Amino acid sequence: MLKYTIGFNKRKSEAQEKLVVFNQKKFRFSDWFAEKAIKGVAFLSIAVVILIFIFVFREAFPIFRMDKASTATNTEVLVQESYGGAETETGSSPVEDKQVDNSTVTATPTDRPSTTLLSNTWMPVSDNPRYGIWPLFLGTMKVTLIALLFAAPLSILAAIYTAMFAKPRIREIIKPVIELLAGFPSVVIGFFALMVMATVFQEMFGYASRLNGFVGGIAMGLAAIPIIYTLTEDALTAVPKTYTEASLGLGASRRQTAFSVVLPAAVPGIFAAIVLGIGRIFGETMIALMATGNAAMSSINPFDSVRTLSATIGAEMAEVVFGDTHYSVLFFIGSLLFIFTFALNALAEFYFKNMVIRRYQAKK
Amino acid sequence: MNDFKVKVKDLSLWYGTSRALKNISMDIPEKKVTAFIGPSGCGKSTFLRTLNRMNDLIDNVTIKGEVYVDNINIYDKNIDVVNLRKKVGMIFQKSNPFAKSVYDNIAFGPRINGISQKSILDEIVERSLKQAAIWDEVKDRLFNSALSLSGGQQQRICIARSLAVNPEIILMDEPASALDPISTSKIEELIHELKKEYTIIIVTHNMQQAARTSDMTAFFYMGDLVEMNRTELIFSNPAKKQTEDYISGRFG
Amino acid sequence: MNRNIKDTVVEGITGVSVLLIIFIIVSILAVTIVGGWSKLNWTFLSEFPKDGMTRGGIFPAIVGTAAMTLIMAIAAVPFGVITAIYLAEYASEKSIMAKTIRFAVKTLAVVPSIIFGLFGLGFFISFIGKNMDILLSGGELKWGQPNILWASLTMALLTLPVVIVSVEEAIKTIPREMREASLALGATKWQTIKNVVLPGSISGILTGTILAVSRGAGEVAPILFTGAAYFLSDLPKSLSDQFMSLGYHIYIMSTQSSDVDATLPIQFATTLVLLLLTFSLNAVAVTLRYRIRRRAK
Repeated sequence: MLKYTIGFNKRKSEAQEKLVVFNQKKFRFSDWFAEKAIKGVAFLSIAVVILIFIFVFREAFPIFRMDKASTATNTEVLVQESYGGAETETGSSPVEDKQVDNSTVTATPTDRPSTTLLSNTWMPVSDNPRYGIWPLFLGTMKVTLIALLFAAPLSILAAIYTAMFAKPRIREIIKPVIELLAGFPSVVIGFFALMVMATVFQEMFGYASRLNGFVGGIAMGLAAIPIIYTLTEDALTAVPKTYTEASLGLGASRRQTAFSVVLPAAVPGIFAAIVLGIGRIFGETMIALMATGNAAMSSINPFDSVRTLSATIGAEMAEVVFGDTHYSVLFFIGSLLFIFTFALNALAEFYFKNMVIRRYQAKK
Repeated sequence: MNDFKVKVKDLSLWYGTSRALKNISMDIPEKKVTAFIGPSGCGKSTFLRTLNRMNDLIDNVTIKGEVYVDNINIYDKNIDVVNLRKKVGMIFQKSNPFAKSVYDNIAFGPRINGISQKSILDEIVERSLKQAAIWDEVKDRLFNSALSLSGGQQQRICIARSLAVNPEIILMDEPASALDPISTSKIEELIHELKKEYTIIIVTHNMQQAARTSDMTAFFYMGDLVEMNRTELIFSNPAKKQTEDYISGRFG
Repeated sequence: MNRNIKDTVVEGITGVSVLLIIFIIVSILAVTIVGGWSKLNWTFLSEFPKDGMTRGGIFPAIVGTAAMTLIMAIAAVPFGVITAIYLAEYASEKSIMAKTIRFAVKTLAVVPSIIFGLFGLGFFISFIGKNMDILLSGGELKWGQPNILWASLTMALLTLPVVIVSVEEAIKTIPREMREASLALGATKWQTIKNVVLPGSISGILTGTILAVSRGAGEVAPILFTGAAYFLSDLPKSLSDQFMSLGYHIYIMSTQSSDVDATLPIQFATTLVLLLLTFSLNAVAVTLRYRIRRRAK
């Protein structure tokens, strides 16, 4: 028997006696406000993407209007870094009125900036500045290709080993170790490329310029390895166990199962991994700045120096005059980079993901 | 009997397109224990969860019909579900105390209702724990984590926690199914005491438990309410063959 | 070819790939440690650079990195936690809003870091900052130039996806029974989130914060022209000051130093410090995450 029947007779506390009515919806401000606020804040991440679009494009847009007066319309100078020792803000001149009277400026005859965009010369700082992004584009493509040829096979093979051949205990070690690479800041990889890889490769291949597209490409490949590896590994392990078991049950070896059953089923996922890897390489800035040599040459020789699109922004933006043509062209390059990575992400997200889903549903 | 606490009329429920409850109608008496029995998957737990609108939380559920608590249809547009749940408490199959101290678990309900005065909270905590017949066991470790208690104690903490918001109806979804026989009998004794104050509705797969604890029993099968009657009648003289088969252990 | 030999060869090639990647990782670590170990001592960590940065320490870069990541975390963590709460608790998986937010978060995760730098320059400095100057001081240049605030906010946007993903993962490990227990006691949705969901995802919030700080400490491209400085003789004292950062220091020292060879030990030691910092942060985060995942099982 229970001993606490006495408890029931105790008078209930006043606060508890308060009648609970539920037949009328009660407005609770804190709940209403919390929901609205949370929704609002969550919406901000969409807003940020849109703002990035708008503001990167906004600063790029003037190149198409600046064709007439492309020089000296703005006197604002970005704060430049002061060299060791003295702390001075050398470059920053006092702000003047933006509306500088153009008639007083005697502009030297120059080409229209927008028409030079497609030219073959990148020479932004000269009397007749030329903003030909072709060599930059070619350089970026070259480096990306080298990086991809290095990183993609290596990461995919490593992922195959991890997902298919490694014993579970080994797998538990390999995965986090390779993913460590994702935690290396790109400036550290760039530093390693600059200090070690450049020297080693030069001794191995004996080419002329120490820093070049090849060194940069391999180093940028290092940055892409963890992405391609992790996503490929995920794609491989996502293939239903029944596929593997069925194949092994028919007497196929693990190698045959891996390459003729699991790998084909994971192809869309692996493509998505490569696409995202390309995005990573394409936009990589610090490694490019440090290891590619940074000369804008229209050359397809992998051992020539290279200047990539993103490295150009990184190297030149700090020395450029706010709002002038060069500034806008750099933003224009940024817009191209943004559109390209945005498209790659969308491709990986929608096209390849859907392919994965359709595949498994079709075979169910 | 005029004092039906809960009245259900033509209640149907769909998960997506599959129908889980079919036109259930029943009346549940006040301050009695009503047991729902039936084979697993028969809809008894789903039905229980419609009584405090717990199914609202699941996506893709459609509910048709009416459920009256104190003559108010809880599926009306104007219903305040939050307050409804204060009136209709629930105990779950798996004991689910918060990862907080015993005291904070019991005080959770009063606190969200705006009670912050310590003397009142102390009083509620003590009374609720006494009502749940667990005061003696935990009074010296009120500020230890509730998760350090045994499974049976945890379940009684959950009952005490529910009592602390002063409900009128307590829904119990197989409250003893995960417990050992001794803890189970403690819960059953507790139910027997609680029905003096509260209307209790209990889902159980254990027919002896239904027979021991309840005044009314409803038998569910494949989403249908097959029959409902006084417990002794259901177990001694069921009207339907399906009920008889289930009780005598021929299926389920 | 004999099937068994073929099996062995193919498996061998995949195994060698793993070893090659691990070899590269170990090389980077080894080279950095060997090159920087001798220089790494208390004086190096606590002194300002001297003699045109050819001697002395990296104290201001450490402080600058810490300050920048702190401000970044203050901005990114609440924003990320709230977005994660929305995705996990409020949004239905099928709603267009939720899908769009998820896509936006993924986009933020893959946008090149240099683009964030451009955005920081175009939005924070030349839009917000310039307008603040016009409104607050009649156009006198104060906010419309690179500083630690704009750099931190730029970095916050870059690390936002890291926070969101970690926190959402942690929220999803909280059992449904816990939410139901709270709701069945008559708690509202917000009360349930505040009292049950958030306390239960503290470790996830911590993981996300640490990962974000680790990422932010190592990134250089977004701060190149939004606030990082080559050399400052003073620590940043206000949000409108520029700052020194470890990663930027490595970049400048190794590519633009007046005497690259003389400063080589400093470069290696700075790299070692940055690597140790990001590694230890990552190690803590991975351990925490492992514990969260185990709880999920």
